[in-house]
Order: sequence, then C-alpha cells, then structure tokens
Amino acid sequence: MRQSEPVRPNPEDLLRKLEDQDAQSARGRLKLFLGYAPRVGKSERMFDEGCRRASRGQDVVIGAIQKGEAVHTENMELIPCVSGGEALNVPAILQRAPQVCLIDELARDNPPGSSHQYRWQDVEQLVSAGITVIGALNLQYVAEEQDAVERITGRRASCSVPASFVHSADEIVIVDVPPEGLLNGGSGVKLDARQLSELREIALLLAAQVVEEQLLRYLKAHGIRQSAGTQERILVCITPRSNARPMIESGARVASRFHAHLTALHVQQGDLTREAQETVDGYMDYARKLGAEVQVMQTSCDPIDTILSYAREQRITQLFIGHTQRNAWSFWKPNPVDRLIKAAEGMDVRIFPQAASA
Amino acid sequence: MAHRGKLKLYLGYAAGVGKTFQMLTEAQQLKSAGEDVVIGYFEPHERKDTIAKTEGLETVPRAVSEYRGTRLEEMDTDAILRRKPKVCVVDEFAHTNVPGSARAKRWEDASVLRDAGIDVLTSMNVQHIESLNDQVWQVTGIRVRETVPDWVVQEADEVVMVDVTPRALLHRLERGVVYEPGKAQKALENFFTESNLTALRELALRQTAHQIEDRREEELVRAPAAVFPEPIAWSAERILLWLTADPATAILIRRGRRVADYLQSDCVAVAVSRDGDSADERAAIERHLNFARNMRIPTVTIQARDPSKAVAEYARQEKITQLFVTRHVPNLNELVRLVRNMQLTIVAERAR
Repeated sequence: MRQSEPVRPNPEDLLRKLEDQDAQSARGRLKLFLGYAPRVGKSERMFDEGCRRASRGQDVVIGAIQKGEAVHTENMELIPCVSGGEALNVPAILQRAPQVCLIDELARDNPPGSSHQYRWQDVEQLVSAGITVIGALNLQYVAEEQDAVERITGRRASCSVPASFVHSADEIVIVDVPPEGLLNGGSGVKLDARQLSELREIALLLAAQVVEEQLLRYLKAHGIRQSAGTQERILVCITPRSNARPMIESGARVASRFHAHLTALHVQQGDLTREAQETVDGYMDYARKLGAEVQVMQTSCDPIDTILSYAREQRITQLFIGHTQRNAWSFWKPNPVDRLIKAAEGMDVRIFPQAASA
Repeated sequence: MAHRGKLKLYLGYAAGVGKTFQMLTEAQQLKSAGEDVVIGYFEPHERKDTIAKTEGLETVPRAVSEYRGTRLEEMDTDAILRRKPKVCVVDEFAHTNVPGSARAKRWEDASVLRDAGIDVLTSMNVQHIESLNDQVWQVTGIRVRETVPDWVVQEADEVVMVDVTPRALLHRLERGVVYEPGKAQKALENFFTESNLTALRELALRQTAHQIEDRREEELVRAPAAVFPEPIAWSAERILLWLTADPATAILIRRGRRVADYLQSDCVAVAVSRDGDSADERAAIERHLNFARNMRIPTVTIQARDPSKAVAEYARQEKITQLFVTRHVPNLNELVRLVRNMQLTIVAERAR
C-alpha cells in the first residue's frame, strides 16, 4: 500500500520549504531547456525566463549567447566569453557571483588550455559554487542519444554532453512545437516531417525519464513510499521449465510499445542440474539480447515471496509468469501461480501458456 | 463534401501550465496569417496575460440557459456553425455541458464543428484521459470525474505538450496567476504538491510521445511499403476482456483498452448472463457493457450456466491470444487451468 503524504502543506509553506532547502544547500540549481531540433525556440524560452526573473528582482547575468540571436536580454548583464568567444569566462562569473547565469549552447568544447575540456564541466563548477544555471540544449548533443539521432538524420554533432549531466538537472523543460512550424518556416532545418517526429518522440521520452528520476528522488527525500511510478515496468520470471522464449519476446514487445523498463528474473532454490542451468543461461542471454536487464537471485525460502518482494521494491506494474505443470505431489498445497495471483497487489499478473507440446 | 476539420490538442498536466495561453498565441498567429479564426469558448479564470491574448480575436457569444434558477453559459455550437469560421478555439475539451444541452460533453461539440469542416484548437490535461483514470488516482489520490475517451484524444491530428516545471507552476500559483487567492489555497492543498505535479507531468510527456509515435505509424500504413523496409513481424494480438458485476471491472476496461491501444490489437468485451443473476448484478454488468462501448470496445453477451467455461470456450473459438480478467471473476483458479493455450492477465486493482 502506498503511504500518502500525512499532511498536505499549503502553498506558501511548500515553497518556503523548497526554497529553504535550496538556500541551505551550497549548490545552485541547474535548469535545462531541451529542444528536439534546431530552432524550436529553446533559447527564446530560456532568455524569456531570465528576463522574468530579472524583472522580479533576481540578479541574472548572461554567460553565453549565440551571435546574432534575436532574444530578450533586458535587465541582464552580459559577461562576454573569452578565447575569441569560445569559452565561458568562468573566473569573471564566479567573481561576479550572480544568483542566476544563463548559458546558451551547453554542448561546446572549450579551446585547448582551458581549465575544463567541456563547457558542461564549467557549468558544473558554477552550480557547485552556488550559482543557478539555466541552459539550453538540443537533443542531438546528448551523447547517449547520438546514435539514434544519426540513424534518423544521417548526421552527428561533433560535440556532446553526457546524459548523466542532463539527468543531474534539477529541472528540465521540453520546448515542444509541432514539426509543421519547422518545416515551412524557412528556418534552415532540412529535416522532413517524419524525421522531426522521431526526434520529437525521443526528446519527450528523455524528458520523461529525467522527470521520473526527479520524482523518485523527491519521494525518497520525503520518505514517501509509492508502489508504482508512472513508467511501466515489466518483470519476466524465468524458470528452467518455463516456456520462456515467448514470454521474453512478449515482454520485449510490450516494453518497446510502452517505452517500459524490462527485467528478466530467475530465482534459484539450491543447485540446478547442469542441463537446467544451461537452459536458464540461454534464456537470460536471450533476454539480454532483447534489451532486458537480467537478475539472478538465490533463496532458501519460498521463491514466490522472493519474486513478490523484488517486484514491489522495483515498482513493477506487469509481472509475467509461466503456467506451472502440476506435478504428482503438488495437489495438496496451493499452486504457486494461484498464490502469486492472490498476493500480487498493485500489479498486473500475466500467466503464459506452456509450450504447445506440454 | 467538405473535409473534416483538424483537431489540434494542447496537452498539459495541471491548471496554469499555459495551455490556453499557448493556444491563443497560435490563434493570433493564424489570424495574422490571414486565417478566419474565432473563439468558440474561452475560460478567462481572471488571468490577465491570457485575457490579453484574446484581444483582436472575434468571440462567438456563449449560449445562455437557466437550470434550476441558475444562469448557465455554454459554447454556442449552432452559432459557430452559422458563423462558419476556418478555425475555432475551444477551451477545456473535457468539460461536461449543463443538463439539457444538445450534447453531454464539449468534445462532442468540437466533433460537430469538425464535421462541418472547421479546424478546432483545444486544450486539456492528461489526467482527463479515461484509461489513465486509475493510474492518476493511484499516483495522486485524486479521482478525476470529467474524462474523455481515449479514441477521442487519439483523433487529434496534432498534440502539443505544454510544459513548465512544477516549481515554476507553484510560483505562478503563489502569485495568484492561476487561481484567485482564496481558491489557490484549496487547489494547492488538494492537488498541487510537487510529487503529484511531477508524476502527472511525466504521464503527459509519455502520452505525447506515444501519440506522436502512433500518428507516425498511421502515416506509414498509408505510405507505400517501400518506405518501411523492416516490417515488425509481431503477430496480431486479440484481447478479450471478461466483464462481470465486480466493481473492479471498470479498472479492467480502462487497462484493457490501454494495453490494446499500445499493442495495436483487437479488443472485445464479453459478459456472461446467468439465470441466477440478481437485479443488482444485471444492472452492474449492463453499466460495464455500456462503459466498454463508450470506450469503443465491441461487446458480446453470452447466456451460460458455467461462466468460466463459457468464456474459455468463446475465447478459443475467437482465437483470442490474451484474456483479461479481474481478480474476482468466478472460479479464477479453474479459469487459469481452462485457458492454458492463451495468455491470461489478472488486472491489478491499483490500491492506494
């Protein structure tokens, strides 16, 4: 059962508390505007936010701005880049110590001789020094997404930021516009509707992932136990006797359709025969090949209990299990599948048929 | 015969994220580009920035009616049809019309406008999507009453996610931008917690991504096969939902609908009627059948003495690959043994 928040706080208390936490922490906050293609308007959104904050009395400076960009910069001091406009002037920003610093084009390599190789490392330094950084970034620059982007567009950006940097953001905003505006706006984007649609989907899912991690961090920090998140999480239970291949395939298919997380779990009681071990290993390899995370657990107790406690802990939403063949002596004790159904609260249980020959 | 008007949906996750603002911004842009745009319905909520965005746009006056002595206003669909603009702004897609209106829901009015060839710009929050109702309740503790069936949302030609961070939204609320001061307090206490907002935002992001993907695949189906070199070799699934009088059946229907949509499979709902059923049971089953039909799931009622046997038999005949049931169907253990050649899903009850 999920434990709900004991007292719902009122707005002022809530914000005060959040801001107190921010103030106590020596770190600044990192906020990212993520776009799925050039010219979706992420820089405009970022500078608009800077202007709004400045007009509300926050001390906002600009650490990097693209040349010739038509954005609002009122009430914000510019700290020009150094090295021919290539690198942030980190010492000057640190000395100026603003509350907020806007930094466009986060995925830039610094010129040789700089204290950091990459601009995102400068940003980490500023955030550690207590400055809140608001930055803008396009999907094509996220290192872990670059293969996918290249498959779609045929091009690969020469510089990048690691996904871990994106995931470390305290806040992320996706700047979502339908592709039509990019197609006929004469914006210089040479991607067709289908390509843009694919990039857009990846960016939305990346943002969803970052948001999910924020949610988990928040729940953990506030001691809230929640049995289910919003992402589908599938657990396929593997035994040597189960007809596991169709279960794994089905799991992979559901995972790909729901953009879900897939795990294959084998709970082992004592030693397996060599043959059974090879069968399980084969299934696990197959699961890995289809993108599953693989888990093997040992237990001396009831494997059903082990499965269930693992599933609860992992916030599983769909549990896949094979039909058990009733063997001769099991008629007096409840069938494990029946017990699992009874005990699996809060998750769908899907029971798979045995092989046709069984 | 005129083309059906397009539907463009601004999807958000809470009041105040800026759906209406962004929708009106687009309406203004269309007007500057020379399109004939009117506002069919707009809910000002006393938000100054948003109201300013309506300036210069023609508004079709609302229809006024009286219900039990109260003056009520709704979108005047007939007047919009007479005015016949190219584009119409219809705020709050999930709204329920006052009793006595020609149609029960505003999305039905929007559909009438589209039938007449009018493009509709509309806004709603992700928590109003019917099949997400249980998940939203589970995550936030809030049972959303005004829902829109999934197929209506899927009809949208274009979905835009209106994104803002929960922190920024809380600031807006505090400044009284979203609700008038007294109301804000209540909204925050019940709903606007950082964890609720974060979870709903994630749902909205995933929903938008899913609809974009679906849209693309629909276009692929229409495109020549050569464009799609590697067809996915998954065989078609056929899903059967067994409807009973059990109250958890509503959860079963929503979940089944969602899974069928995601797997792009056929879905049918089956109920078994027995001579011994009480009047209450019959009424509950009838309600569930209606709910399934509203979600565009075809329904079948079988007359039989042994329900699990009858359902298993029907599933075999119809070559069903997946059977969905609640935990409380009669003789679940027996059913588990009867349907050994198909997948059987026991749907979670999503306790809080």
